[in-house]
Amino acid sequence: MKNEHSHQTTKKFGMVINLDLCTGCGSCMVACMAENNVPFKPDETDKLKSITWMRVYRLTNGKPFPETDVCYLPRPCQHCEGHDGHSPCVSVCPATATDYDSLTGIVSQIYTRCFGCRYCMAACPYHARYFNWYDPVWPDGMEKYLNPNVSPRMRGVVEKCSFCYHRYQAAKDRAYVEGQRDIAEEDYQTACTQACPAGAITFGDLNNPDHAVYKLKQDPRAFRLLERLGTNTKVYYISSKDWVRKAGDNYLPDERPKK
Amino acid sequence: MFPFNFEWIWDMSHMVFMGGLWYALTILGIGMTWCIVKAIIDMGKGDGGHHGHH
Amino acid sequence: MIDAALIPIGVKRCSFGKFLLGLAAVGAVLLWGVYAMLLCWFKGLNQTNMNDYYGFALWIWADLAVIALGGGAFFSGFLKYLTGKDELKNIINYAVLIGFICYSSALLILAIDVGQPLRSWFIFWHANVHSMLTEVAFCLSCYFGVLTIEFIPLILENRQLNKISFFHHLAHNMHEIMAVFAATGAFLSFFHQGSLGGVSGVLFGRPFAYREGLFIWPWTFFLFTWSAAAYGPCFTLMITKITELISGKKLVKDNVIELLAKISGWMMATYIVAKIIDTIYWATVTAPSKGFLVSDFYTNNAFYGFWILIAEILLGGVVPALILITPAGRKNPTARNTAIVLAVIGVCINRWVMVLQTMAAPVMTFDKWALYYPSWQEVATTVLPVAYGAILIMICYRYLPIFPQEPELNPID
Repeated sequence: MKNEHSHQTTKKFGMVINLDLCTGCGSCMVACMAENNVPFKPDETDKLKSITWMRVYRLTNGKPFPETDVCYLPRPCQHCEGHDGHSPCVSVCPATATDYDSLTGIVSQIYTRCFGCRYCMAACPYHARYFNWYDPVWPDGMEKYLNPNVSPRMRGVVEKCSFCYHRYQAAKDRAYVEGQRDIAEEDYQTACTQACPAGAITFGDLNNPDHAVYKLKQDPRAFRLLERLGTNTKVYYISSKDWVRKAGDNYLPDERPKK
Repeated sequence: MFPFNFEWIWDMSHMVFMGGLWYALTILGIGMTWCIVKAIIDMGKGDGGHHGHH
Repeated sequence: MIDAALIPIGVKRCSFGKFLLGLAAVGAVLLWGVYAMLLCWFKGLNQTNMNDYYGFALWIWADLAVIALGGGAFFSGFLKYLTGKDELKNIINYAVLIGFICYSSALLILAIDVGQPLRSWFIFWHANVHSMLTEVAFCLSCYFGVLTIEFIPLILENRQLNKISFFHHLAHNMHEIMAVFAATGAFLSFFHQGSLGGVSGVLFGRPFAYREGLFIWPWTFFLFTWSAAAYGPCFTLMITKITELISGKKLVKDNVIELLAKISGWMMATYIVAKIIDTIYWATVTAPSKGFLVSDFYTNNAFYGFWILIAEILLGGVVPALILITPAGRKNPTARNTAIVLAVIGVCINRWVMVLQTMAAPVMTFDKWALYYPSWQEVATTVLPVAYGAILIMICYRYLPIFPQEPELNPID
């Protein structure tokens, strides 16, 4: 693994999500659950125990009618790079069950290594990590619909969005078989990106000038969540609304965001 | 835990952390071994002045 | 009495029947805890009220608190063996026993708390040396070994066991080099008490908990070690007092109690000054650099208000410290006992705040405060170690010469 990529530039897979386009429909959430064999219970009313690798938040500007404004914000795992590859969650895992891959920028989760101490969940400010409080129980016949490329998890381990890493592996295999050096932008796309009916999510290599996300992230209206914490995330959001950009981070009463 | 584990790298963090750990474990091991061996030797010598409880 | 041969020379104990009755009463509570523990192990952590916002909850608080309170063992050992405070030999046995109970309780709670207990060995085998929790696990386990080593001679000094030549010599030899074990214990304790503070302090994604620090160690690392050394002896003194009340006997002379109380008082006083400085720096520099006012962490929610900060620092720190550093305060039993109880509560509040308030406080601007209360299974499994501790103390008090001054203070006519 160390030698085969030595002459390739490192990739940084990331997302740009245009909040002006997001309608809050939740297709991304559904597609993610279906793609990644995410378990669910008969009663999902307790949202604090629902596993939602992708979660759509509803933001509001807090003003009364007629100035009320609402914005929907899809939040996958942010795949934080932190400072030099030290994501908040990766640094704290005691069993090395999560790792920052410097070649792809993706934060992995190794289900068979995790012993469920939940320290990574304490560390993540985005609540992107979910614990399997229950064993997965699939309704009769649903085992046939599970994605064979994604391992299901048993109770007692943490899981999170993986930027559909299995699709990256499939794309690499295909590129190898086809004799190509590198994978094409359209060969590796996450389920949520493809499901979005409004085209609000764009996924690709943030380091590659040919990829759409490379240009989109340079948009002056682009921001990242909680940048001041130094998490150095891979998910950029674009919004033309000031209040939305301000809601992306914490500011003191007399402070203003730079953009 | 051990140098043959695949995560082990001979970097400063591993050397300091694991070094400290194995140092502490070695002291405890040597200490207890000394106590047990000396107790067996003392048993063999007879009580040597110590009687029953103190 | 059926077990008269096992009771130490020179002391009186209640009838065997009464003893069994006491064991049975506490045993019933223990069984309740065991039932809850089995539910958690067989049915999973859905038996608790933890959720994805509260990954750390009552059990982690109990772990941190019990380890801080068990700090009396390492600190008394340090004082007795390494700084020559010889009078503490009259309380060190009990400090070790209490420490043993505290640390075994912590390990038990951890075994119940993790999602996959059978994989617990991964923390050793696949250790990530950069994680504070790894340091906790290693040092805690090693220190539990040290406590066991310190406990063994006490067991071997049981009247009947001591008659066996090997045990007698073994206990004697272990006493001879106890300073080596105590020093190792102090070294290990410094690190695990500290890394428990580091567990919250390194969370740069959680501005409530995050602290700057020295090299890789956030200030909470040093504050936790200092507070464990300061407050741990108070717990030893509190349990000694409770034991004296239940047994109806004086077990340790006042000069020993007052010495430990004085040292604890000065440690608390210096700790609370450091804590206040750290809190001010965090509130005025660290948190604002991340966009937070200190009031953001203490308002707009149903539970966490400034009262908890005042309770922890003033009532749980300044007040007991002032009482214990003054001779008049120390010598007055009511004042001293009040200070000791406030101190124990104070360190428990500190551990609660660093874990649970961290979990509760929102970080993303569109996120909400999350509040939590434990389920009965969590309460039962937290009471379980208390019951186990009580049973172990009952058995050890009855059969082992824990208090060297007991025969002198309670002569049998």
